[in-house]
Amino acid sequence: MLEIVVCVRQILDPETPAKSFKIDPATQRAVPPAGSEPVTSDYDENAVEAALQIKDTLGANVTILSLGPASAKTTVRRCIAMGADAGVLVSDPVFDDSDSYATAFALSEAIKKIGKFDLVLCGRQEGDWDAGQVGSGIAELLGIPSVTMVAGFSIEDAVAKARRVVPDGRELVEVPLPAVMTVSSEIGEPRYPSVRRIRQAFAVDVPTWTSADVASAESLNKMVSLEVPKHEVECNFIGGETPEEKGEQLALALRNAKVL
Amino acid sequence: MSKRQGITIFGETSGDELAPITTELLGIGKELAGQMGQELTALFVGDGVSAAAAQAFKYGADRVIAIDAPLFADYMTDSYVGAVAKYDEQYQPEAMLFGHTPAGRDLAPRLSFRLKTGLTLDCVALRFNESSGLIEKVKPVYGGNAVATYVCEAARPQMAAVRPKTMTAAVKDESGTGEVVRFDPQIAESDVRGKFLGREIEEFSGIKLEDAEVVVCGGRGLGGPEPFDQLEELAKLLGGAVGASRPPCDSKWCPTSCQIGLTGKLISPSLYIGVALSGSSQHQAGMSGSKTIVAINKDEEANIFDFAHYGVVGEYQKVLPAFFAKCKEMMSK
Repeated sequence: MLEIVVCVRQILDPETPAKSFKIDPATQRAVPPAGSEPVTSDYDENAVEAALQIKDTLGANVTILSLGPASAKTTVRRCIAMGADAGVLVSDPVFDDSDSYATAFALSEAIKKIGKFDLVLCGRQEGDWDAGQVGSGIAELLGIPSVTMVAGFSIEDAVAKARRVVPDGRELVEVPLPAVMTVSSEIGEPRYPSVRRIRQAFAVDVPTWTSADVASAESLNKMVSLEVPKHEVECNFIGGETPEEKGEQLALALRNAKVL
Repeated sequence: MSKRQGITIFGETSGDELAPITTELLGIGKELAGQMGQELTALFVGDGVSAAAAQAFKYGADRVIAIDAPLFADYMTDSYVGAVAKYDEQYQPEAMLFGHTPAGRDLAPRLSFRLKTGLTLDCVALRFNESSGLIEKVKPVYGGNAVATYVCEAARPQMAAVRPKTMTAAVKDESGTGEVVRFDPQIAESDVRGKFLGREIEEFSGIKLEDAEVVVCGGRGLGGPEPFDQLEELAKLLGGAVGASRPPCDSKWCPTSCQIGLTGKLISPSLYIGVALSGSSQHQAGMSGSKTIVAINKDEEANIFDFAHYGVVGEYQKVLPAFFAKCKEMMSK
């Protein structure tokens, strides 16, 4: 049976409209708007979907691994409800504010502790910091091959054939397992967990590992500032009695401005 | 550590020429090297790249180094990371800059972990801070809602990958010449796990999205694949191309190759027309370089009106045909 570990991250809802996006200057972190619930980073859900597609076709034991606050257990449980078999949360104040290096280090240590893995899947980049380094980092720290930006893959005889997203199409590569792949949205829409499975996932024991269980590393990059960029554009709203008239007026306005 | 000297850019070629990202890297690299009082080196990896690599002398490189062998014909993580790590060991640069390209974004992270140093991907600005002596690396975060600045204090080399079209390209100076130095990183085929199997090139007709002067872009509000025909028609009339925000691509209303944004393509046309598109930060990150931005959306609260130059509040089903007809009429005159 294939052993798959999927690394997922809980993030602030990226659909937060720019208008309600605020930064706390003291902590240099985004402030969640009132009523907004944290979500699973979207490419990470694609990674879970990729693992479940393999589970559906070849059979696999899928373990969800997350590094984050205690609330990230919700994310782990949601991924179990999607169809994964087990989950682990790595949570400790020591890991707060980890950069990509420290994050990948802790995750790779946790993967070693999980023990068996043929495939490690991650989202291609996080929906909050967009760093896009953790998957490659885990592979380097575990000393195994990596393929990034994967749109689809197949596994046969302990070899993964993968299609990578590049601007003009796809690159096809194969790597021997165990390997790390970072998954892009082209892999397919993540499945919705059924109500029954969501209920069942609550009963699954998700252990929390702390820095006593998983070694930590120092961050290498330091964030020196975090700011909301200013937009200084005054929109010229086109008037008109009807939408059709507005459409015509728009064409005339663009012609007058020599844009058309 | 103090022995480390100079800025190295990872150059990429396109046929016999430098790829546009390379002249941009040479532009920012030269600026930083000047401020830091250091030399600029352009490193190229590939098979038969030495001739194109020599072009870098015309764009301000003080030194050009080529790792040139059949093993590097196609990008593979193991061969490229191994080669550039050997280069780092031999030449000890203070900083290395990459393009945020398919090769750069795969190579740079793994390399930074091997060298145990701090990398920042997708930078939109790089600045030398004289008092700290560090390169400040600026990148969009939170889907473009915020901008973060990073430094790498202790570990070396300092590493960054820069987003294409965000840096001013170096100006060509025909008099720049020099000898390309060949470097053999001693990587064998057996060091490379896995194989490059080939490429699937997407069928393409019309104007390339990245090069189009006019881009007509559809969003979630279109509600389905059919309205894209209308956008296509308008784009054709204006001599442009059709793009989309992420939701239509994820819903397969249009090909993913149309996606514009932080995780899609970056465009900077003269005219951008966003139709039924909310203008999320993630999308904005891919099109904010557009000269004139037009928005058509029935929701006057839509975010796109915050950065559009021209706005029409109304249903696109009614606005667009009238706009199209008027454009057609004006253009036939």
